[in-house]
Amino acid sequence: MDNKKVKELKVSAIENGTVIDHIPSNAVFKVIRILKLEAFENMVLFATNLESKKYGKKGIVKVSNKFFAPEELNKIALVAPLASVIEIRDFQVRSKTIVEIPDKIKGIVKCFNPNCVTNKEEVSAIFVVADKETIRLKCHYCEKITTRETMEFR
Amino acid sequence: MKNKSLVSINDYTKDEQLRILDLAEKFEKKPVQTILKDHVIASLFFEPSTRTRLSFESAVNRLGGKIVGFSEASNTSIKKGESLRDTILTVANYSDLIIMRNPIEGSARFASELSHVPIINAGDGANQHPTQTLLDLYSIKKTQGTLDNLHIAMVGDLKYGRTIHSLVIALCNFNTTFHLVSPVELKLPSSVKMHIKENKLAYHQYTEMDEVLPKADILYMTRIQQERFSDPLEYERIKNVYNLHHDMILNTKDNFRVLHPLPRVSEININVDKSPKAYYFEQALNGVFVRQALITSILGIA
Repeated sequence: MDNKKVKELKVSAIENGTVIDHIPSNAVFKVIRILKLEAFENMVLFATNLESKKYGKKGIVKVSNKFFAPEELNKIALVAPLASVIEIRDFQVRSKTIVEIPDKIKGIVKCFNPNCVTNKEEVSAIFVVADKETIRLKCHYCEKITTRETMEFR
Repeated sequence: MKNKSLVSINDYTKDEQLRILDLAEKFEKKPVQTILKDHVIASLFFEPSTRTRLSFESAVNRLGGKIVGFSEASNTSIKKGESLRDTILTVANYSDLIIMRNPIEGSARFASELSHVPIINAGDGANQHPTQTLLDLYSIKKTQGTLDNLHIAMVGDLKYGRTIHSLVIALCNFNTTFHLVSPVELKLPSSVKMHIKENKLAYHQYTEMDEVLPKADILYMTRIQQERFSDPLEYERIKNVYNLHHDMILNTKDNFRVLHPLPRVSEININVDKSPKAYYFEQALNGVFVRQALITSILGIA
């Protein structure tokens, strides 16, 4: 058997579901929130501050019996741009993909401008992603730019 | 353009903007007509604005249209806690077009998505004021005979001035050379400069006006507000640097004109007013013709 496969898992394996790996340690709870796992009824396993050869420290989330649509998963790219998503069926890896920042973001990020209509009326903030590398989100309503530094999640 | 709301200057293409300017020229020749006699226009001013509101209302009245609305929010149901959503949905039933000024940024876009009648944004906080941009373009075209290949100097608060931002973006369609004069603290934001760079146009930045005046075709002055400065002494110093006097425009080009969105404070001395190169009051009058052109285009009757 391959040596890598016998190494001890810090987080138990799941039989069926989705594993989201390589999440920055400080973003694990944000990922849980963005994917609305707080209200999820099946088993969710997560860990943070795990050793990672590539990134120093990382977090991981395992969601049992749940497979996400790509547009759902891509939302987490805002906080975990290097995350990899692994689909597990019968304890086997079925597919491995990386997340991608979407062109438009609706509902998950708050506009940083306190005088924006989205912070005053019943309406979701919508952003056009103006720059995917540095993460600059242009508000569809007030046209101001929300950055990584000013980003808050709903 | 029929039924197409104008929220942000970029909502209209270059050709659509030029169409409005051509039409405005026709209204300038014949500003009193009756083509709006069967229309009701709502004018919703959630914050006071003398010039913009009167200019819109004058535009409608001279074309025989009827106006419903308010000039401040304090004696309306907004004071009772009514949401903007409900106000717009209601007023859309009473009118053919809504003109709105609201201090909340993005409110005009929001309203345009709710309303089944078109919206004209008459200013949404620090965000957009597209009819000012159209009247600025009209004034430039009228005084220069063209919008293409001009040297345009912009002076004052280039950081917070929304009229400057929209005008820069609109002028990027016309191969403009920009001369940007401002205190270091009030330079044009990089998000606006980005448009100049994307269009591969030239821009030059200065902290004083003198050098720019002989090169410019248009000098667009803006007000510098005291509250932008944390140090009152710095404000006093800057106020004196950005003050245009009659002597300063003596050696400018013949086609040189001074524009200002108004109200002015001390940035243009009143001794400039009598110069044939002072154009800011005509500029304000042009706002009526441009708004007539815009309203009738949107209603599909011009």
